[in-house]
Amino acid sequence: MRMKSALAAAAIVALAAGCGSGGGGDKGGSAAEKPGEPVKLNFLSLAWQKESVAANKQIVDEWNKANPTIQVTYVQGSWDNVNDQLVTQFAGGTAPDVIHNDSPALSGFAADGYLLDLADKLPAELKSDIPQKSWDTVTFDDGKGKQGVYGVPFLQESQVIIANKKLLDGAGVRIPAPDNPWTWDEFSEAAKKMTKGGTFGVAWPMKSPVNKSLNLALNFGGTFFQTTDGKTTVKVGPEEKQVLQRIHDQLYKDKSADPAALGQGTADPLPAFYAGKFALLPAGVYLRQQVAEQAPKDFEWVTLPPLKGTTSDQGAVSQTLSVAQDSKHADEALKFISFFLNPTNQAKLAKGDWLLPTSVKAAADPSMTTKENGWDVATASAKNLVVAPFLKVNGFDEWKSKVATPALQEYFANKISIDEAAKKLVDDGNKVLERYQR
Amino acid sequence: MTVTTRGKAAGVRRVPQYLALLAYIVFLAFPLLWLLSTALKTPREMALADPTWIPREPTLANFADAFGEQDLVGAAVRSLVVALASSVVTVLISLPAAYAMARYRGLVNRIAIGWVLVSQVFPFILIIIPLFMILRDLELVNTLPGLVVVHVTFTLPFALWMLQGYVRAVPAELEEAAAVDGAGRIRTIAGVVAPLLAPGVVATLLFAFISSWNEFLFALVILQDPDVMTLPLTLVRFTGPEGVARLGPLAAASLMATIPSLIFFAIIQRRLKSGLMAGAVKG
Repeated sequence: MRMKSALAAAAIVALAAGCGSGGGGDKGGSAAEKPGEPVKLNFLSLAWQKESVAANKQIVDEWNKANPTIQVTYVQGSWDNVNDQLVTQFAGGTAPDVIHNDSPALSGFAADGYLLDLADKLPAELKSDIPQKSWDTVTFDDGKGKQGVYGVPFLQESQVIIANKKLLDGAGVRIPAPDNPWTWDEFSEAAKKMTKGGTFGVAWPMKSPVNKSLNLALNFGGTFFQTTDGKTTVKVGPEEKQVLQRIHDQLYKDKSADPAALGQGTADPLPAFYAGKFALLPAGVYLRQQVAEQAPKDFEWVTLPPLKGTTSDQGAVSQTLSVAQDSKHADEALKFISFFLNPTNQAKLAKGDWLLPTSVKAAADPSMTTKENGWDVATASAKNLVVAPFLKVNGFDEWKSKVATPALQEYFANKISIDEAAKKLVDDGNKVLERYQR
Repeated sequence: MTVTTRGKAAGVRRVPQYLALLAYIVFLAFPLLWLLSTALKTPREMALADPTWIPREPTLANFADAFGEQDLVGAAVRSLVVALASSVVTVLISLPAAYAMARYRGLVNRIAIGWVLVSQVFPFILIIIPLFMILRDLELVNTLPGLVVVHVTFTLPFALWMLQGYVRAVPAELEEAAAVDGAGRIRTIAGVVAPLLAPGVVATLLFAFISSWNEFLFALVILQDPDVMTLPLTLVRFTGPEGVARLGPLAAASLMATIPSLIFFAIIQRRLKSGLMAGAVKG
């Protein structure tokens, strides 16, 4: 009897699920509206930090209040699986109208025709407020040989050094400034001086070593890829080896780098950093947020500017807002993007995510230039950012995961020499790239 | 040797057993306890080089953030509806099918069993786009029934295998005895076989419920509006790129997310008893 009751209750639940669905089977980014109804846009946002989510919601609310005829629905996604989600939704014609992503992901979607080319549609004010080198990070081939602009770049990340102030001051080394940064040689010397009594000078968390190594390699002109007669191949010459060798030297020759941090992810060494186990942590500017939130009250830290090799250039990718090709309201979507990324809002978004705005006017906002939490140093480092050379390499993702990550992990673990690592990166890498260029 | 002495000796012999049991319970409970501990810590305490078990300055701020920022209650209700519906529909379909597979032999049956097995080797990611297209044409994208259909489809093969094993364990002699007593096929199944399958049905319900409750990938691509999203889609919003996460709110939200499945298990576990058939066919 009880079994019968349970099954009856279950059938009711099943029916309830049928009746209680929301949404509807909308096709396209948003359904076509009836005459007189406001245009509805779906905005997929990947903001995840508390302040950033709040800033996003606030800007969307402001837009919706000021634009009763164009209403935006804020949909929060996740960086970890946004591309799986988008592949399916693009294929099914149900992608959101406005899409937050990063520039490396746009290349494939642009070539497949899923994103709208914004080149001739961008408002002059928005276009002129963002430097060309940032627009270069979102300029891709449409798969038919034509270059197009497939997103609006709005947040970027540079690599700075977060330092334990007490250990830094105690070492008696020169304190670098944005207009007079440390060279790699000075950095190595400083790390050696700070290595004493169980404390290391630096920590290199290299669980995911590729992007960091490639972005920093530009300090010595290392690009890792070359294109001749339209064919792209991997290149690991003296320029590319410089940064790799210098990090390796700190680990095994100078012994100034904490070996415990080597296999860790970017944020994993922070507890040891607060405990004074090492003095310097090269990291993306966004990591300052965690330090500011987590560091013990008596722990003093400073942000040091990016290192200089033959140049201070660093490779950069951008966070972007794009419009789906299938959007029924592309013009309205672009209007919303222009509002969302105006200088005032970009400053709010950059502050919320602890990243650098691409907008020149936003970068001049007092909140971006304050000394508090190293914002002045972080914002100044934006001038060193150039488009990452790997951004436009077809097959880079596979080269990164199947070839470069294991090869660099083995090299930094001192299991293979730099020449062996270089051979793997080039020989195995070219086989991968060749498949993408047939 | 007196009775008391023998009792003491037996008690001493059981000490290692109790210790092993305790170690196993601690092993099972560790993730839940760590989740609770993390949910009650401040960001500073979470970043200590020597982690603490008991928070020094317990705080409910992580719970306030988690519930303040996301519609966790709404998402939990939707997840519950989807998981209950999926598990019930799975059992309703798989129970008669499992009976047929276990009791009738023939070519069609063997092909069906083979197909059930083969269906298990396809990676979900391979079929997600065609599946999405079908759901879109049926206007089931962005709806909870659409998600229920997908969850049932993917739980069904394993549920069939589970239940088939339970049906085979019911002695055919019981059905023959019922037939001798004049009971028809339907009455035999409903009155004799079904009650004996209760533990199997409960185990299948649990399996289907937990599979659906935790499912992420299909929910991610099928559900698009914030007001239909399930709990796993809400939890992932506390994570950032490259494995960085807001650990405090994530732990608080995850802890709350375990409660409904624990309650469901607590309600249903009494049915999960073995040995119901012990002695059923003894002479």
